[in-house]
Amino acid sequence: MKTDIILAGVGGQGILTIAAGIGLAAVKSNLYIKQAEVHGMSQRGGDVQSNLRLSDKPISSDLISHGKADLILSVEPMEGLRYLPYLSPKGWLVTNTTPFDNIPNYPEVEGIMKEVKKIKNHIALDADAIAKEVGSSRSSNIVMLGAASPFIDIEFSDLEDGVRKLFGSKGAEVVEVNIKALRAGREFSQEYMK
Amino acid sequence: MDKLLLLGDEAIAQGAIDAGMSGVYAYPGTPSTEIMEYVQASKQAVELNIHRKWSANEKTAMESSLGMSYAGKRAMVCFKHVGLNVAADPFLNASITGVNGGLVVVVGDDPSMHSSQNEQDSRFYAKFAMIPILEPSNQQEAYDMAYSAFALSERVNVPVMIRITTRLAHSRSGVVRKAVTAQNEIKLPTNPRQFVLLPAIARVNYKKLLSTLPLMDTLAEESEFNVLTKGKSNRLGIIAAGIAYNYLMENIGDKSDQYHILKLTQYPLPPKQVRELYEQCDEILVLEDGYPLIEEMVKGFLNTGKPVHGRLDGTVPRDGELNPAIVARALGMEVTEGMPIPEIVKNRPPSLCVGCGHRDVYTDLNEAIKEYGTGRVFADIGCYTLGALPPFNAINSTVDMGASITMAIGAADAGLVPAVAVIGDSTFTHSGMTGLLDAVNVNAPITVIISDNSTTGMTGGQDSAALGRIVNICKGIGVDPDHIHVLTPLKKYHEENVAVMKKELAYQGVSVIIPQRECIQTFARRKKNERKAADKK
Repeated sequence: MKTDIILAGVGGQGILTIAAGIGLAAVKSNLYIKQAEVHGMSQRGGDVQSNLRLSDKPISSDLISHGKADLILSVEPMEGLRYLPYLSPKGWLVTNTTPFDNIPNYPEVEGIMKEVKKIKNHIALDADAIAKEVGSSRSSNIVMLGAASPFIDIEFSDLEDGVRKLFGSKGAEVVEVNIKALRAGREFSQEYMK
Repeated sequence: MDKLLLLGDEAIAQGAIDAGMSGVYAYPGTPSTEIMEYVQASKQAVELNIHRKWSANEKTAMESSLGMSYAGKRAMVCFKHVGLNVAADPFLNASITGVNGGLVVVVGDDPSMHSSQNEQDSRFYAKFAMIPILEPSNQQEAYDMAYSAFALSERVNVPVMIRITTRLAHSRSGVVRKAVTAQNEIKLPTNPRQFVLLPAIARVNYKKLLSTLPLMDTLAEESEFNVLTKGKSNRLGIIAAGIAYNYLMENIGDKSDQYHILKLTQYPLPPKQVRELYEQCDEILVLEDGYPLIEEMVKGFLNTGKPVHGRLDGTVPRDGELNPAIVARALGMEVTEGMPIPEIVKNRPPSLCVGCGHRDVYTDLNEAIKEYGTGRVFADIGCYTLGALPPFNAINSTVDMGASITMAIGAADAGLVPAVAVIGDSTFTHSGMTGLLDAVNVNAPITVIISDNSTTGMTGGQDSAALGRIVNICKGIGVDPDHIHVLTPLKKYHEENVAVMKKELAYQGVSVIIPQRECIQTFARRKKNERKAADKK
C-alpha cells in the first residue's frame, strides 16, 4: 500500500498536529513514513503545507510528485485548491469550508466552493461547526483528520490510538473530546459517500 | 532499539549525542534551528551534561566549539548557510589549526530560499577550507553521519562539515540508533603550539593540511556512504549527491539497473569511483541540490571530455531546489501533472502576527518619518523584515544580520539625513552592537530603532542573548542617555511614540529608540505554561 497526502493550511492553523497524529498511527502500524514540513518564515500566517507519505515499502523522496497525491487534506478551503497540481486523477480533496481570512484580497467563499465542487472526488465539511458540536472548537483539525480517514490506509483504531497518544499529556477530557471529533469527521465522510 | 520518528535536524542531534558529543553551539536560523532545540529538550543530553546553550552569533558559536575541541572533547556547531558567512573567519582558520577533539560543523542550506536571502551552497566553503563534507540523503544517514563524523574529524585532524538542505532538515522519518559512545576526557593538544596561528606555525600547519588531502580522498573512496552501482547500459552514468539520490530513486525505482549510479554523500569527490563512472559511461548526469559544484569539477573548465549534464547546460534548472519532477525531466522521463491551480486562489504571503508589537512600531515610524519622505529606512533580519510588505511598506533594505545600522551610517555619510535603522533585539546583540559603536564614534546622524520583543522570533522564540540589558548596552557603547528612549508599542501610546520619534529624527546625532513589548507568540506560550503549572498545584 501507499498513501501520499498533502496537508494544507495557513501557518498557525496547526496542520502539523494532524501530521503528528497520522505519524503516530503509522509507526504503530509498522509503516514507512516520510513527512516534510515547512518551518520558518511561512509559519507567520503564510500558506503552509506538509507532504506526508505512507507505505509498506521503503520511501525514497520526501516530496510528492505532481499528479501523484492520493489525498489533499485542507483545513481551509482556498488552501486545498493551491495544491491541485499534486492531486492524482483518482485522488480525493477533503476540505474544511471555514475560511481563514488574513489577506486583504481573500476571494468570495462561494467562488472557492464552486472550484472545490469541480473536483470529482471531494468532501467539504464545516469542521469548525462540527468541532463545536462535539464540545471543543479547537478540535476542528481532528475533525478534518477523521473526515480524511477513509482515504488513509491505516486501521481507524490505530488512528484513534494516535490521537490518544497525541493528547495524552493534556488529560482524559481533552483526549475524549478529540476522539469524539475524530469519529464525527469520519461519520460525515462515510455518510457523504453512501 | 526502537525506531524514532525524527526530522533530519533531530537525527543529526541524536547521532551527535550518541557519538559522545560534549557540547553543541549554535545561533538559530532556518533550517538548522531544530538541532539545538532537540538537544535542549533531550533528557539524555541533560543526564550527560552536554553543553547546549545558544550563542550570541555564529562566529562566537564556531569559536566556542573550536575551544571545546582544543580541550580534547567532541563539539558540534550548527547554523544556516548565511550563518557560515558570519563564522567564516574561525571556520576557515579551524582547518589550519586542526582539531583535537572531533569538531563537526552542521550547515543548513536553503535552496529555493524558503526562509533566506540567498541560496549559497556551503559545500564551496568546505572545499575552500579543504575539509570533508558529509551530505546525508535521508534521516537515517543524517543520524549515521553525525555519529561517525567526530571520529572522521579526529582521524583527518580537521573539522568535518555536515551539509543538509531544507527538505531533509524539516522532513521526518524513522531512524534506528546505535550504541552510545562515552565522551572524551579533557586532553590538551600534543603539540602545545598547534592552535597558535603565528605565520611561522601556520605555514607548517598548512603544509600538514595539504599533506592530509590524499588521505581524505582515500577515505571518501572507502566510505560506506559513497556507493557505485553498475548498470546494464553504458549510456548514462549518474552522480546523485545527498538528497538528490532520493529523487533519482523515486523516479527510476526498479529500473535502477539501467544506469551506472554513484550515490555521493562523502566529499572530497572519491577519485576512483568518479573516474570509473566517467570512463565507463557515454554521458554523465550530475544531480545535486545547490550550486553545480560536482558538475563543474567533473566537467573541467574547458569541457573537452564527454558530455556532462546538469545545471550548467540547462538539463537541470540553474537555480532553486531539486524535486522529483525536475529529476524526472533531467532523465528524459514523462512527468505527471495534476490539475492547474484555479485562478481564484490568491497568494498568501507571511505577515506579522495580529497583535505583534512590530506592527505598532511601523505604524508609529511611518507617521513620524512622513515629512522626510520615503526611502530612508534600513532594516534587518527578523520578523520585522515583513514590514517590507503591505500594509506597512515601511523598509527599504534587508541584507544581512546587523546591516541596518551600518547601512544607515553610510547613507547618512552620503547626505541622506535622517537615516533610520530598524533592528530586533536578538539581531542587535548578534551583529548590531559593533555598528552602533561605529555610529557613536563618528556621531552619525542616525536614528536606531531596536524593536525589542525579547526573543528570537522568526525562528520560533529562542532566548534573546541580552534580555533586559539592551539599554545598558547602548549606554555602555556611548550613546548619549538623553537620546535613548524606551517606548511601549501599543495603539494607546501612538501619539507620544510618534512625538519621540519625530524629535529624534530631527536630532543630528545617534539616537536609540527601544520599543519594548514581548513577542505575542512567546507571551501566549508563557501564559499557557503558567496556567499548566498552576493547574498542577
